[in-house]
Amino acid sequence: MTTTAFRTITPELEHVHSEPYYQPVSDEVALFEAAATKRLPVLLKGPTGCGKTRFVEYMAWKLKRPLVTVACHDDLTTADLVGRYLIVGDETVWLDGPLTAAVRAGAICYLDEIVEARKDTTVVIHPLADTRRALAVDKRGELISAPPGFMLVISYNPGYQSVLKEIKPSTRQRFVALEFDYPGAEVEAQIVATEGGIDVDSAKKLVKLGELTRNLKGAGLDEGASTRLLVHAAQLIGAGMPAATASVAAVARALTDDPDMTQTLDDLVRAVF
Amino acid sequence: MFEHEIEEKLDELLFASASNRAISRAAEQIEALPRPLQDAVLRWAGAAAQTSPDLGHVIVTLAPQTFERIGADDLGAFDAWAIAGLDAYDKDGFRAAVESMRDLDGFVAMREGRLFARFSEVEPRLARFVQGLSGRGLALKSGTFAWTDTETIFLPARIAHFAAAEDNRRLYKSLAVQLWAQTRYGTFSADLEAELARWPERRDEALVWLAHLEAARLEARVAHDLPGLGALLASVRSTWPEEIAMALPELQASGAEVGASLGWLERLMAKGAVPPAPTFCGRLEPGVAARVRTERIARDTETLKKALAVLKGAAGRKPEAPNDFSAQMNSETGEIEVNVDGEAVTLPPDAQAAAQSLLLDLGEVPPEALTPAGDGAWTPTDRATGAPELQSDRKADHYYDEWDYHRNAYRRGWCHVYEMEVKPGDGTFVRDTRQRYAPFIAQLKRKFEAVRGEDRILGRQPEGEEIDLDALVEARNDRKCGAEPSPRLFSRRVRNERSLAAMFMVDMSGSTKGWVNDAEREALVMLCEALEKLGDSYAIYGFSGWTRTRCDIYRIKSFSDAYDDAVRARIDAIEAKDYTRMGVAIRHLTRLLAQQPARHKLLVTLSDGRPDDFGDEYRGNYGIEDTRRALQEARRQGIRSYCVTIDRHGQDYLKHMMGPAAYTVLDDVKKLPLKVADIYRRLTA
Repeated sequence: MTTTAFRTITPELEHVHSEPYYQPVSDEVALFEAAATKRLPVLLKGPTGCGKTRFVEYMAWKLKRPLVTVACHDDLTTADLVGRYLIVGDETVWLDGPLTAAVRAGAICYLDEIVEARKDTTVVIHPLADTRRALAVDKRGELISAPPGFMLVISYNPGYQSVLKEIKPSTRQRFVALEFDYPGAEVEAQIVATEGGIDVDSAKKLVKLGELTRNLKGAGLDEGASTRLLVHAAQLIGAGMPAATASVAAVARALTDDPDMTQTLDDLVRAVF
Repeated sequence: MFEHEIEEKLDELLFASASNRAISRAAEQIEALPRPLQDAVLRWAGAAAQTSPDLGHVIVTLAPQTFERIGADDLGAFDAWAIAGLDAYDKDGFRAAVESMRDLDGFVAMREGRLFARFSEVEPRLARFVQGLSGRGLALKSGTFAWTDTETIFLPARIAHFAAAEDNRRLYKSLAVQLWAQTRYGTFSADLEAELARWPERRDEALVWLAHLEAARLEARVAHDLPGLGALLASVRSTWPEEIAMALPELQASGAEVGASLGWLERLMAKGAVPPAPTFCGRLEPGVAARVRTERIARDTETLKKALAVLKGAAGRKPEAPNDFSAQMNSETGEIEVNVDGEAVTLPPDAQAAAQSLLLDLGEVPPEALTPAGDGAWTPTDRATGAPELQSDRKADHYYDEWDYHRNAYRRGWCHVYEMEVKPGDGTFVRDTRQRYAPFIAQLKRKFEAVRGEDRILGRQPEGEEIDLDALVEARNDRKCGAEPSPRLFSRRVRNERSLAAMFMVDMSGSTKGWVNDAEREALVMLCEALEKLGDSYAIYGFSGWTRTRCDIYRIKSFSDAYDDAVRARIDAIEAKDYTRMGVAIRHLTRLLAQQPARHKLLVTLSDGRPDDFGDEYRGNYGIEDTRRALQEARRQGIRSYCVTIDRHGQDYLKHMMGPAAYTVLDDVKKLPLKVADIYRRLTA
C-alpha cells in the first residue's frame, strides 16, 4: 500500500485578515520577527490572560501567514496533532491534523498551554523545533519538510503548573523564549479602554482593581486578575452594567470559588468603586 | 462535696500554686455551689492547671462571682467563659487571661447582644483585605489601641463605639484603612519626632491634633485612588471639628503631603486649641514608626545591593574589575532595570520586593542602593544564611492550632513551624546502601514495575486515533452482505492512571540516634528506588522540634524535586535532632499534600515511638490525642494515613491514635528497609 492510495483531506486554514488590536509592551514584536526570519521556534511564557494569544494573532497578521491554533488539553494525542485515517462511506481517507496542515501550508502553528498536552505529543514537535524542521507522519510513512513560512510557537504559564505538568528541558531548550507579563498600569488602562469600549478613567479604576487582586497572589489566590478579565468587566460596563456589578461578575467571581476570598474580592471591588 | 473534699481536690490540682490559706478560702466559696457547678469548676481548674497552676487558681476564685453574674443554670456559658480565659492566656499571657476573666460585663454583653466587634472575628477578612491594598506585607495584630509601626497594624481587641456590631466592624475596617494609608501616603516620611519636639510640654495634645489632621488628609488621598474606601472613611467618622474643617481645603488638595498637616499643626498649637477625643482615627507613634522604617530601609537597601553584587559577579567578572554594569529604576513601571555588559538581567524576586518597598518608603530608589555591594563596603548580615542559629529572630513560617483534650478545644496558632533545610551530606551513605542492597533493589523494581499503570486500548469506539482492524473487517463484511455496518470502527488509548501522591514523614527526634536513624535512611533509599519505577508522586519531609515554638520541618524531597543527587545528599544528612511533636508536623505536611492534584493521597509516618516533646505538657495522652485529632483533620481532607513504627509498645496506643489497620509495628529495626517498600505497595495496590 502506498500513501497515494488514499485521498488526503487538508483542513482549511485561518487567515488573519484585519489587524488585531495589540499594544506592544516591549521589544517582543521585533524579537518575534527576527525569530521568524531566522526560522526559530518561539516559546511564550506568561500568566493567563496577559495577551499571548492575541500577540500571536497579531504577528500572523503582520507576517501575513496563516495561523493554526491548538488549545492543548490532557487528552491531546499525537494523532490529534498529526492526523488520522477516517472512513468515509466506502473509502479510507487521511485527514491532516492541525500541525501537519500548518507544516504543509507554511503557517504559524500555535500550541497553546503546551504543558497540558500528553508527554508523548511534545516529542513529535521536537524535529520541527530544531534545524531539521521536519514532521514525520509515521502512519503514512511520510516525512514533510517544513517550508520557510512554517513557524512553531508554543506557550505556557509558569505560574500554576502542577508537578505533573512541567515542560521538559529537552523541549524548552529548543525555543526562543519571550516573557510576557501584565502591562504597566498606563498601558493596561489603554488596552482595557480600547478593548472594552469605555473611557480611560473607568478603565483606570478597573486596572487599579486588577493591581489589588494581584497583591493577593499567593495569599489565597493562585493568580491575580488578568488583563483579559479586566477587559471582560469593561465590556460589561460598556454594555450598560453598573461598574461594581460588572467587576464582581467578571473579576471577583471569576477568580475564586473560596467563600472567604470571594468576600475579600468583593471588599476590594467596593474599595475601588 | 464538702469543704474538706474540695480542698483536698484543689490541693491535688493546684499544689504548685497558691498558699493553703487561699485554697481553703476558695474551697469554702465553692462548697456553697450545687454539685454540677462544683464539678465544672474543678474540671476547668484542672484543665487550666495543666497550662498554669496559677490560672487554675484564678478560675477557682472567680468562679462563684461568675456564676452569680451569668446564672447558675448556664453551664455552657461557664465553659465559654473558661475557654475565653484560656485562649487569652495562650495568646497574651497570664495578665490578659485574668483581665479577660474579670471582664464579666464584657463577656455577658458579648454572649447576649454581640454588640461588640471583636478583633479576632474581623481579623481574617481584614488581613486579606489589607494584603490586597498594600503591595508590601502588612501584618495585623491586636493591641491596646489602633496604631501602626509601618510593618504591623495594631487594632484594639474589641470595639464598642457604635451600638450595632456591624457598625463597629466598619470602624475596624476604616481604622485599618487609615493606618494602611499612613504607610502608603507618607505620614512617616517627615521627621515627626523633630516637629513634636517643639512642644515638649504638650506633646500628647500635638499628637492627637496631628492624628486628626492626617486623618483628614489621608481620607482625601484614599478617596482619590479608591473612591469606595473614601466613602467608607467619611461615613464612619463624625463631622470634622471646626479647626480641622478650616484646614480642609489645604489638607484635601490633590496630592497633599504630610507637610500640609504639619503646617496646620503649628497654627493649631499656636492657638492653643484643645483637641477632640480621637475615636475614629488611629494614634501616632512616630518614634517607633521611624525606627522600624529606618531599619527596613537599611535592610531593603542591603538586600538590593547584595542582589546586584551577585548579578555583577554572575557576569563572570571579578567584583573589582570594572565592567559595563548599570542599574536604574524605570520610573514608569517602577521596576529596576539592570544591565550587565549590555544585557538586560532580571532581579530575583526578593530584591524586586525590596526595591518596591524602598519605592513605597522613599518615593524613589536611592542611587546608593543601586550600587552593588563590594568588599567591606557593607556588613553582610544577611538573615537568610545565618538563620538556623538565630531561630528566635526569624519569624515562624506557619502557625498551627493544637488540640488540647483537657479543654476539648483548640489552642489557636499554638505551634510555630519553621521550614528548614538540612545541611546536605556527600551522598556516600546512599551510595553504600544502594550497593549493599543492589540485588534486593533490583527485585523491588521488578515488583513495582508490574504494579505500574499501563495505557489500555479500547476497541470499537466511535472515534479514536487508530482504526480497529477487526471492527473494520466486520463492517466491510456486513456491508457486502447488505447489513448495516457499525460505525464504531476505531480504537482509543486511555490512560490507566494511578493518580497517587504519597508523603513520607520521617521522625528525626533524638531517640532515633544510631541504628534507627540508619534504618530510616536505608528505608528511604529503598522507597525512592521503588517509587521512581512506579512513577507515583511522592515527597519526604523530616520533623523534629523543641517545644511548641520550635517545630522544625526539614525538606528532604518535595513533590516537585526529582530523585537526584541533591535529594540523595539530603537523605544522607537526616540525623537525630530533638523531640517528636507529631500533631503539628502532620498538620503542616497534610497541608502540602492536600495541594497535590492526585486522586488518592497517602501520608506515611516512619517513627520510633509515641509523640513526645520537651517538658511534660505534650507527653502522654495530650500528644496522642493531638496526633489523633490531626489525623482526623487529614482524613477530612481525603488523606489516608499510615504509620510504620518500631516501637514495641506501639500496640498500646496506635490503634487509638491511627485507627485500626492503619499501622505496622516492626519488631526489629533491621527489617524496616526491607519492609517499607512492600508495605507501600500493599497500601497502594
